[in-house]
Amino acid sequence: MVISRNVTCVIIGAGHAGLAMSCCLTDLSVDHVLLERGEVANSWRTERWDSLRLLTPNWQSRLPGFKYQGEDPDGFRDMPEVIEFIDRYAGFISAPVETSTRVTSVSSSDSGYKVLTNQGEWHCKVLVIASGACNVAVVPTISEAVPSKINMLTPIEYKNPNQLADGGVMIVGASATGTQLSKEIQLSGHQVTLSVGEHVRVPRVYRGYDIKWWMDSTGILDERYDEVDDVNRARRVPSLQLAGSLDRGTLDLNTLSSLGIKLVGRMVGMRDDKALFSGSLKNVCSLADLKMNRLLDNIDEWITNNDHLVDINPRERFLPTLIENSPPLEINLIENNIKTIIWATGFKPDLSWLDVATLNRKGQIIHDGGIVNFPGMYLIGMQFLRRRKSSLIDGAGDDAHDLSKHLKAYLDG
Amino acid sequence: MSNTTVVDNGVNVEALLGAREALSKAPEAAKFSWRASCEWKNGTHSKTSVEGYFGLGSEQVHKKTFSFDADHPEVFASEDHGATPVEIVLVGLASCLTAGIAAVAQHRDIQLRSCKATIEGGMDIQGILGIDSDVRNGFDGINVHYDIDADATPDEIRALVAQSQKRSAVYDIVTNPTNVSVEVN
Repeated sequence: MVISRNVTCVIIGAGHAGLAMSCCLTDLSVDHVLLERGEVANSWRTERWDSLRLLTPNWQSRLPGFKYQGEDPDGFRDMPEVIEFIDRYAGFISAPVETSTRVTSVSSSDSGYKVLTNQGEWHCKVLVIASGACNVAVVPTISEAVPSKINMLTPIEYKNPNQLADGGVMIVGASATGTQLSKEIQLSGHQVTLSVGEHVRVPRVYRGYDIKWWMDSTGILDERYDEVDDVNRARRVPSLQLAGSLDRGTLDLNTLSSLGIKLVGRMVGMRDDKALFSGSLKNVCSLADLKMNRLLDNIDEWITNNDHLVDINPRERFLPTLIENSPPLEINLIENNIKTIIWATGFKPDLSWLDVATLNRKGQIIHDGGIVNFPGMYLIGMQFLRRRKSSLIDGAGDDAHDLSKHLKAYLDG
Repeated sequence: MSNTTVVDNGVNVEALLGAREALSKAPEAAKFSWRASCEWKNGTHSKTSVEGYFGLGSEQVHKKTFSFDADHPEVFASEDHGATPVEIVLVGLASCLTAGIAAVAQHRDIQLRSCKATIEGGMDIQGILGIDSDVRNGFDGINVHYDIDADATPDEIRALVAQSQKRSAVYDIVTNPTNVSVEVN
């Protein structure tokens, strides 16, 4: 017999975003349940590589009613620490989490939504999708033309360099994931070739303070989705080339080149055993250098207007990205002993269970700042959902406050 | 911005943004097909004309037919009735990037006073002559140099040029592979 239960609100996913929403709904006395396919913080437990640390400093992971209280506010959490932090938050807010409950279908019903799971069905008036922005690795179709002798991995499958065959590794994509994996794998003794498309370059530390501290203090992270020129473009901006490393080192392309990593243009095709690269490498690097300098200009200007700050180092500009004069346009993978390709080409949510017609032609949920174009349905924890910081743990709180208020007003009619 | 004069690079940005908005809602209308027809004259001389194209869901025509002579210079034992085809590729790239710079400048409220490009493509003709199969037929590299006078900082001008490359069709055609299918009746 299928168990059928009623609740006002179902939250799908008990990660930081779902839990932040839970806290806000509790404050508004909205009864709810969080359905979690695994355990709390499941993606952090199962879909990340071993060495990953958060890009944001410890102090910056603030959730409603909860913040870092340890001895190392400027450090970067490793995965066990992230899991422990989120787990502790779930306990702190007494979140009503149903673990090991995998949602298999969501459809609309007369009274709201019907949610089918492997542990019975739920009926709810309102629904919050908090199942994560990065469940599925996006792999371009050119991967289909890669010779079968080459191993291919996504960052979700990659755990550490020990799983790689001896020989060279090509990493496609130079955002946070691709640059971090490039460094780790190159240092483990594999020759890495990094295929670079559009990317976002920033220094880890600027004028003595962490770049995330500047982005937080200057208000850049609080920029709202309805204030930017083109929110669709803002939502597509690649992740920053950053790592939460103990040495607080910058992870730009110049750093990677100095480690011996070979830089090539965006991978645009395969011809027999040859990978083909775009001739646009210089321009994507110029775009990133110029954009970084605009960010640093904004920080400098903010410093000028906020002269109470102490211990600020002098203004600094970094060397432009150094690219060889004629980077290769093709590489024969077999002849060059490249044994593995890692597709660090982005992630997308897994919405395969969503049977409500609210997806656009690209398979993305149609929403206005997390208010889905289906009454009583909400989305949280996505890139630039309502603010530039929306995808950060630190961004969940403000978004949950806004959306829970809207949700409550909807329930109150 | 502190300047009170109206920036005018002769680009109707409102119309372009309107088209962008309209086409994002009707992506089918965004499918264009560009055409040219080429007729051999004599020797290496040919004349290519462009007139019609497809776009916005229907057949369209230019205000008039444009034609282009292509030939090779006398050092190739030709009669030099027109630019070489590879020079016409350079024409396409330079004019595409330049148009882009004007449009981006208009959108960013930057007045252009002058914008001049020189473009140069290197080629080892051992490739096309079949002397050395390790030498490619096409350019071994293309260098473009811009001299731009505009109401903007040097970095803002560099950003115009970078953004124009990012949005340029010909830049994409030249830097990335394209499937080409040639059939004979």
